[in-house]
Amino acid sequence: MTNEPVSDQVILLDHGSGGLASQQLIGELFLKYLDNPILRGLEDSAVVDNRPGRLAFTTDSYVVDPIFFPGGDIGKLAVHGTINDLAMRGAEPICLSLGLILEEGLPLTDLETIISSISEACKQSGVPIVTGDTKVVPRGKADKIFINTSGVGIVPETISLSSRQAAVGDKVILSGTMGDHGITIMTRRAGIALQGNLQSDTMPLHRLVARLLAEFPGSVHTLRDPTRGGVATSLNEIAAASGLSIQLDEKSLPVRPEVRAACEILGLEALYLANEGKLLAVVAPEPAPALLSLLKATPEGQDAAIIGTVVAGTAGRVVINTPIGGSRVVSPLHGEPLPRIC
Amino acid sequence: MRHVDEYRDQALIEPLIAELHRSVQKPVRLMEVCGTHTMAIFRSGIRSILPAGMEIVSGPGCPVCVTSAAHMDAFIDLADRDAVRLAIFGDLFRVPGSRGSLAHASSRGAKIDVVYSSMDALDIARNHPDDLVVFLGVGFETTTPGIAATILAAHRQRIDNFCVFSTHKVIPGPLDVLMQDPELRINGLLCPGHVSAIIGAGAYQPFVDRYRLACVVAGFEPADLLNGLIRLARQIAQDRPAVDNIYTRVVSWEGNRRARELVDTVFEPADMEWRGLGPIPGSGLKIKQAYHHYDAEQRLEIVIPDVPEAKGCICGQILKGQTTPPRCPLFGKRCTPAHPIGPCMVSSEGTCAAFFKYGADT
Repeated sequence: MTNEPVSDQVILLDHGSGGLASQQLIGELFLKYLDNPILRGLEDSAVVDNRPGRLAFTTDSYVVDPIFFPGGDIGKLAVHGTINDLAMRGAEPICLSLGLILEEGLPLTDLETIISSISEACKQSGVPIVTGDTKVVPRGKADKIFINTSGVGIVPETISLSSRQAAVGDKVILSGTMGDHGITIMTRRAGIALQGNLQSDTMPLHRLVARLLAEFPGSVHTLRDPTRGGVATSLNEIAAASGLSIQLDEKSLPVRPEVRAACEILGLEALYLANEGKLLAVVAPEPAPALLSLLKATPEGQDAAIIGTVVAGTAGRVVINTPIGGSRVVSPLHGEPLPRIC
Repeated sequence: MRHVDEYRDQALIEPLIAELHRSVQKPVRLMEVCGTHTMAIFRSGIRSILPAGMEIVSGPGCPVCVTSAAHMDAFIDLADRDAVRLAIFGDLFRVPGSRGSLAHASSRGAKIDVVYSSMDALDIARNHPDDLVVFLGVGFETTTPGIAATILAAHRQRIDNFCVFSTHKVIPGPLDVLMQDPELRINGLLCPGHVSAIIGAGAYQPFVDRYRLACVVAGFEPADLLNGLIRLARQIAQDRPAVDNIYTRVVSWEGNRRARELVDTVFEPADMEWRGLGPIPGSGLKIKQAYHHYDAEQRLEIVIPDVPEAKGCICGQILKGQTTPPRCPLFGKRCTPAHPIGPCMVSSEGTCAAFFKYGADT
């Protein structure tokens, strides 16, 4: 883009001007990694072939710090997060948009790493970026890079998933261990090195969802991806939307030992930590064991567990039975989880 | 996980619950002093299986809860000063003063870094040579040795743009004040695990001698807590109060001498204002004159404003164990963790936050 070696180059305000530097960035970096017939046209909007079904449309913004972490980076997260939001409604993801807000001074090599990672995530999930936008803001007005991804998907006419459809007796299944992403980010921020191979769980779940819906038609009532606010907050939302209560069994909650250890150190609860590659499924009771077996046989769901049951009771309440035989309410997250003094 | 799982083992827990029910032979009113105990008791569901006749009230053992509104206002005024950069522990961020919180100051552009250790504040000072980095020292005996070590490190490394605003407090003073309150009627203390690691189990002997109070130092796992409650109930039933240390894997009778020496090198006793309890002579720690360069109050000529506590807030009575959060007219209505009025709601270890989060009526 200039005569300088790429390793020395940084994002300048000029890269967001819409002028020559912007054109170079698009041509030499974005198209190099994200090329596909629709994006290549660089038109004002993407025109995507239609197909039968209802449209699912979602958007999410990613402002994670640090932008690179074990198991992923902000780019991969932005692709997987939006794909998963579509998948949770039973939609087949069709395409994504990519909005970048770059801070002046961001090393170009960092941007290239992120765009390359986005490209990889798109290829692996089979969902292309078809339109995008880049803005550059002065140093200090953003934190290195913010990413917005919107996504469009198609929901078959036969599929109807919603938090409102949870019913009394339904089983609550979690597709894997809790808090891997959240604790990876927090320990990186805290500079705490933990034993074990702790990394973000970021991954796309649309193929897993497609399989569940195909093999157990009508049995899956609700799907949620427990991202920020964690499993606790998502379950509270399901309980509130369905007007029912959810009873959890603490002993059955899957948590990696290193995540538990980090939670002890930082005074956090795994129930409230973000996950980026997990889903909560509320399913009819009879097929629940078979559905669990299917999940466990997939790479995305190998640590899946039935963690609770939907029950009649106080609307919107989530209660957990503790290992000692007691019980307590699990409330939604209030504010950001912060480290404690003691 | 070693030293955790074995204290949560069902085979160990069930007989303890049965034993706890057998141990209570007459009504007992216990106080758990420590905020971490408060949360652990809720988290493990112990409140839902307590025997009839056993009541647990929460004491003043959450450092954020007992930080006065006046000190919070002074912190916020400091945050708003140019060329000052605050380093804080996370749970201080949302604590309300009389005019907003540090979170509000941050939204106005104040420079505030959440740190996990006071040593991190020294790194921030190194990286921001144009700012004066002020670490807000809020905590009990558990945190002060680390902060004393940080001040000594700053002194040794000649880091000039670093100081500490010390509102550190020590636990025995307010406990003494509470035990003199005839309305409180406490029969036993579940003594704090972390604080006791520093001051030693022996620090509670005067409470046994003076008030015939049953005292048990316990850890934070379900088996620790149940064992602690059983021992307290037995002492009370037999009318044989004593200091019983069942957290010997962490706490000794003498405590941590090295940590106390560090504190004594840098700090000296001072009068301190406690939210809800008022001023208590000698219950705080101020930085000694030899290290006055690291004393934010002296260096920045901080004046603690005269601020009344929030109207309608009964955190003071809650901290004294005189009432419970659901009896507060603000609880769950005007005062929630998202919009806290009083300190007991804002701290993750506060009694009101625990009641709100874990519920008392499961």
